[in-house]
Amino acid sequence: MHVTVRYFAAFREATGCETETLATSAASPAELFSECTGRHAGLQNYSSSLVAINDEMAGWEATLKDGDEVLFFPPVAGG
Amino acid sequence: MKAFGISSEAIDLQAFREQLLDRSCGAYVQFDGWVRDHNEGQKVLRLEYEVYEPMAVKEGARILDEARERFGVSNAFAIHRSGLMELSEVAVVVSVSSPHRGEAFDACRYIIDQAKVRLPIWKKEYYESGAAEWVNCQRCAHASEHMQEQIHPRKSR
Repeated sequence: MHVTVRYFAAFREATGCETETLATSAASPAELFSECTGRHAGLQNYSSSLVAINDEMAGWEATLKDGDEVLFFPPVAGG
Repeated sequence: MKAFGISSEAIDLQAFREQLLDRSCGAYVQFDGWVRDHNEGQKVLRLEYEVYEPMAVKEGARILDEARERFGVSNAFAIHRSGLMELSEVAVVVSVSSPHRGEAFDACRYIIDQAKVRLPIWKKEYYESGAAEWVNCQRCAHASEHMQEQIHPRKSR
């Protein structure tokens, strides 16, 4: 299946891209993030604090479907 | 004006305050977050907020709904800036009005604490040294876990 991954802030700078579409067999966001860490050495120093799928907050063990857009959020710091 | 907003321009505090005016309310509490000139021993020159607006707006509205329900306040509004900001600019405003002050203080505190750990907003600081860094708010995340255990919301009487 194919999913689109979207990177923000420190993740975007670490990967050098904002979005990428990947062919993957990752079952969950947790598996997908570890695949992304393998693709982008810059991500290895980070952990993602929150994940969203199609603009809704999601759990790390949620089930991914073909066509999902997965958003990895570095630790947030608003305010 | 929506209850929770993102703005790329300076916040009009007067207009913001007026939307909370309410004859049934005797208390108004406002929190302003300002751009500070230092962090963790470094001199900060300016900063930048990156906001993922579609989700920040939804999650922000959720936090305000929670505050109204948990503390029974009449009105709750907040607005967060995006983009580049200079020292002393207002980065975030949270305002609450309610019949009495206790719940207004509690709700205001709840909103800003939750906003810091739940909204997809990232802060980049530009230092005097020439370096720039995304601020990693691990301390906030840690505080949030404890906050969840400690908060015992009071229902309005």
